[in-house]
Amino acid sequence: MYRADFAFATLVRFLPIVTQVFLWGAIYQTTGPRDPKQINGYTYGDMVAYSLLVMVSRAFSSMPGLTTGIARDVRDGAIKKFLVQPIDLLDYLFWHRVAHKLVYYAVAFFPFAFVFWLCRNYLHGWPDLTMFTGWLISLILAFLVGFLIESLMGLCAFWFLEVSSLVFVYMLLSYFLSGHMLPLDWLPSPYGDVVRLLPFKYLAFVPAAILLEKYTHQQLAVELLQGFAWVAVLFALNRLALAHGIKRYSAYGG
Amino acid sequence: MAIIEVSQLAKHYRVYRKNAGWMASITGLFHREYNTVRAVKEVGFQIEKGEMVAFLGPNGAGKTTTLKLLSGLIYPTSGTATVLGYIPWQRSNAYRKRFSLVMGQKNQLWWDLPAQESFILHREIYDIDHDVFQRRLDELTELLEVRQLVKQPVRELSLGERMRMELIASLLHSPEVLLLDEPTIGLDVVSQRKVQGFLRHYQSEQQMTVLLTSHYMKDVEALCRRAIIINEGEIKHDGPLAEIVDRFSSVKQIHLQFAGTEIPEDIDRFGKVLEKIPPRVKLEVPRQDIPKILAALLDRYSIEDVGVQERPLEDAMAELFSRKNSDK
Repeated sequence: MYRADFAFATLVRFLPIVTQVFLWGAIYQTTGPRDPKQINGYTYGDMVAYSLLVMVSRAFSSMPGLTTGIARDVRDGAIKKFLVQPIDLLDYLFWHRVAHKLVYYAVAFFPFAFVFWLCRNYLHGWPDLTMFTGWLISLILAFLVGFLIESLMGLCAFWFLEVSSLVFVYMLLSYFLSGHMLPLDWLPSPYGDVVRLLPFKYLAFVPAAILLEKYTHQQLAVELLQGFAWVAVLFALNRLALAHGIKRYSAYGG
Repeated sequence: MAIIEVSQLAKHYRVYRKNAGWMASITGLFHREYNTVRAVKEVGFQIEKGEMVAFLGPNGAGKTTTLKLLSGLIYPTSGTATVLGYIPWQRSNAYRKRFSLVMGQKNQLWWDLPAQESFILHREIYDIDHDVFQRRLDELTELLEVRQLVKQPVRELSLGERMRMELIASLLHSPEVLLLDEPTIGLDVVSQRKVQGFLRHYQSEQQMTVLLTSHYMKDVEALCRRAIIINEGEIKHDGPLAEIVDRFSSVKQIHLQFAGTEIPEDIDRFGKVLEKIPPRVKLEVPRQDIPKILAALLDRYSIEDVGVQERPLEDAMAELFSRKNSDK
């Protein structure tokens, strides 16, 4: 039962990329007569590559069920077992998520590889070692930022109990602000400047932009440092929310 | 030195009050009314090492809230408590490694995994030596008769089997203090007795300090000599279990077996008839009238067998809990 659900969920994740490839194909066919046709510096091939790389970023940054799981545990009292055992709730959730992701990557590796092989003509080829290392670090940042944002929303359940509306708003905003929908360098100033200061770009845009060589080495270093600064801020906020949330906690559910 | 020391411990909750209807829902968006519920009112008690104490009271009396305070799940409004020398709500790992909380209505096992996987996770969380872990697991699964079931997903176990697995999980790290909240709730008689028997044996062997809440008086009678009774957040009794019936019950029961096959028709003038199965009858009479009524019965009827018994603990507790503001 669970194996089927896991396999199905893994495969279904690839469907949006197919629709995106066709959608961008249709958009690029209707643009101006330039050859090769470009939108904001991205050719059709760049857009396909961007969509594929965003898919990889999201495989690291998306945290299905994390926020709602924490909120459910707070609401129905299941969180008690973590509070009475010599275990840190955030540590547990983090390593649980790492384990979940490792299983996911093991299953999804071959489908991912197959999709990339099919689209190999659109990809730019391997970047230099610095960029590649930066990309790997950015994927870790994607995971950390995604985890910390969603766990922070989950911890809000100590105050609000019900966080599904918060999750809905987050999903809506992060689809746009992370660069999942459109590359963030398409956004004009000053809006783009503001969006690029937020942590959401690490969820999708930054790793994809690194492999598409949108950054110089110096810009890469700045982006990664800024990412780690956001991780530190989000980590502190998580710790603060957990410490205060537990004090408010009433241990509902018997 | 006492293992559990509680002094003037109080916990008050602020609870949102909402009236029925959509108007009240809209009003509630802007203006909310709250009630303060005093779940635990400045209670105090001490429990020595190796004691197994029943913590009794009706629903909402404050039993579970007190257990939550002692396990560090919630912060008190005022007062102090120490368990094994630790302040529970500081939640130090050193404390959490030395006690266990079992809640009959809550799982600590992973629902979709075999119990064995949860036990292994416990081994890592509590940092238990592999050999020690295996020895304890073998012993506990043997005592609770679930050795064959540890590889089965928890969701496929019966309630009784699951409860026994919960007990194993809670004891693998050899806690010195065990807080049991309704460990036999919902279990059939056979499972209840297995759990009771196991707890009695294991507690006496390990000299654990146990605080048990239960609505099943059979559990309490089978396991505890001392009882603390809490009602409306206050302690009403702290002493030997045997004293509860003496202290709180104003009546006793007379069991009679008449010589013939009939029960006299006017038997009800001697007391309240609780049960009538000819030629036997069970009467409830005021405690102070026992000698007088017994003499009258023996004088008037031909009686083959007679016995005077205390009320069952359960009935005495029901009487106590139904009295409001009874004396401490």
